[in-house]
Amino acid sequence: MTARFALARAAGRTASGLSRITGRGGGTTIGGRVTLLVDPNALAQAAVGRELALVSGTNGKTTTRTLLVAALSTQGPVVSNSGGANLPTGLTAALTTDRSSRVGVLEVDEPFLPKVAAAVKPRAVVLLNLSRDQLDRYAEVRRLAGVWHETLSAMPEVHVVANADDPLVAWAGSAAAHVTWVSAGQRWTYDSTACPACGDILHRDGTGGWRSDGCGLSRPTPSWLVEDSVVIDPSGARHEVELAIPGQVNVGNAALAAAAAAQWGVGATDALRAMAAIPSVEGRYLQTSYSGRPVRLLLAKNPAGWSEALQMASPDTGLVVAVNARAADGRDPSWLWDVPFEVLRGRHAVATGERSRDVAVRLRYAGVEHVRVDDLAQAVRAAHGSGPVDVLANYTAFQGYRKVVRDA
Amino acid sequence: MPDSAVRIALVFPSLLGTYGDGGNASVLAQRLRWRGIDADVIDVGVDDAVPEQADLYVLGGGEDTAQTLAVSRLSDGVLARAVAADKTVFAVCAGFQILGESFLVGAGEIVPGLGLVDCRTDRLPGERAVGELLTDTADSLGVLTGYENHGGRTVLGPDASPLGRVREGVGNGDGTGGDGLVQGNVIATYLHGPALARNPALADHLLSRVVGDALSPLDDHEEQELRAERFAFIRRARRTSRWRRQWRPPARDA
Repeated sequence: MTARFALARAAGRTASGLSRITGRGGGTTIGGRVTLLVDPNALAQAAVGRELALVSGTNGKTTTRTLLVAALSTQGPVVSNSGGANLPTGLTAALTTDRSSRVGVLEVDEPFLPKVAAAVKPRAVVLLNLSRDQLDRYAEVRRLAGVWHETLSAMPEVHVVANADDPLVAWAGSAAAHVTWVSAGQRWTYDSTACPACGDILHRDGTGGWRSDGCGLSRPTPSWLVEDSVVIDPSGARHEVELAIPGQVNVGNAALAAAAAAQWGVGATDALRAMAAIPSVEGRYLQTSYSGRPVRLLLAKNPAGWSEALQMASPDTGLVVAVNARAADGRDPSWLWDVPFEVLRGRHAVATGERSRDVAVRLRYAGVEHVRVDDLAQAVRAAHGSGPVDVLANYTAFQGYRKVVRDA
Repeated sequence: MPDSAVRIALVFPSLLGTYGDGGNASVLAQRLRWRGIDADVIDVGVDDAVPEQADLYVLGGGEDTAQTLAVSRLSDGVLARAVAADKTVFAVCAGFQILGESFLVGAGEIVPGLGLVDCRTDRLPGERAVGELLTDTADSLGVLTGYENHGGRTVLGPDASPLGRVREGVGNGDGTGGDGLVQGNVIATYLHGPALARNPALADHLLSRVVGDALSPLDDHEEQELRAERFAFIRRARRTSRWRRQWRPPARDA
């Protein structure tokens, strides 16, 4: 360890402590930023001697990280970047705060995966999926997959665990020397109509398989499979997964986490049992009560995520759809029109959030009966029936409601 | 009024649909149905032939690879025959660009377009145009609102005229202050949102070309509330940036 790194770590801790004491924030990001300012190599330094797994992808990073932490914790302490701080500053803060855990799981914002991988030299990289998200800020997803492809081809020592069903992820992952392929599912296919490798049309066979007309790129043969709520490991053993968190998409995430945990010698049975116990993931799926009714918070950030979340919403509960369009959400909410709100026809929905008017117009054309209100308390009261309410919210709306519900 | 259902072809939504522009077809169809006119939206998949007999063709925005693939799939001439037969075409962003003489992809490779309208697209100097776009139109369409996100600069030739004059944002970016294009029955724009959800008057303008008669008014108060909120947002943003310009501390180094 260099003297500079020791100084950087101390400075970061001080900044983080000050930030918390003065009530300016949680202190994670500022601590990491100060540490990196003092020693630009701090992230690499803090990773020395550890066995890290990186988790990246458009949807499910936080959930899959949490599932993998649960699985690896069966063997000992695990350092992780909880709180959604998945930029280099947050990762640096996580690794400099916990100095003893040898094993770690870090979720990484997709465009930062190359830099972070180069710095921390992970043992494993878990690739979930890639689809459109925050189009006003990030490059096209095809370009992102290309950057991942280059990164992994230059890191032959890394073991990749990747979703074989997502062509963008499969192409990126195929650059690695060692890959475990998992058939984790892909409901959203509109961002991979064209082959990521050659640009020609990808054909799908309706059972998850896909193949490029031009270059012949096709779905790699997965060694881990998912059938409804059953995960099948490479030995062919079937594991019934009873996750406390909802959604078919999360059975796929559990399979990816189990495949990654196998790299550390954790058996699928133990890994999946540890995952099943997790009740909620940083407020996602949290069941609580607000404004006099039982409320469940569901987070969805982009069309792929919303398609999954609409599947999770219970059919006979009240439903609130909340959308903001701040920088962290993407300033352009036109993705609302990529979400199949038509599946809600025959139900009643409440539109709210800072872009509630966009939501209301979307629901009008989807043929969904609705009202528009300004805040969560009104929304919960206006929701159908008098029983439980599912609140589907995008990122900053969700974060706001977590606080509102907690402080109520 | 047409005897059979109005057919709206949504051309390659899996390629030209990155910014929710598929919504334009839903808006057109619903606004017909609410008036008691049957409408069918035909989602044209990449492996499907574009229908010869649609009444309206709708194209949206997309990424480079998808845009190039779309233009190669459209080179069979269906769209050219539709334009020659005076069918209405509404195109947004990448869909707009491919209708012209040429456009750029990747590192600057020039790709021939379909040559159906008189424009060509190269690159905007400097940054991508990303943000609210507000334009004035000469006729009854009034103010058009939407969101633009493109790196293309589109120069119109003498046969085409702009759809709107830019009040906020970039639009075509060719220095003339125009956005989009009108040429015969082709209407194109850089407005996402989708454009027709935020501008019901434009949707009805397209529909009146197809069904021929005056359309009965609809209760558009939710669209009007959305428009008013967006106009207010732009006014606020303008005030903030004026204030910032006025009170910005002097630059410390040149």
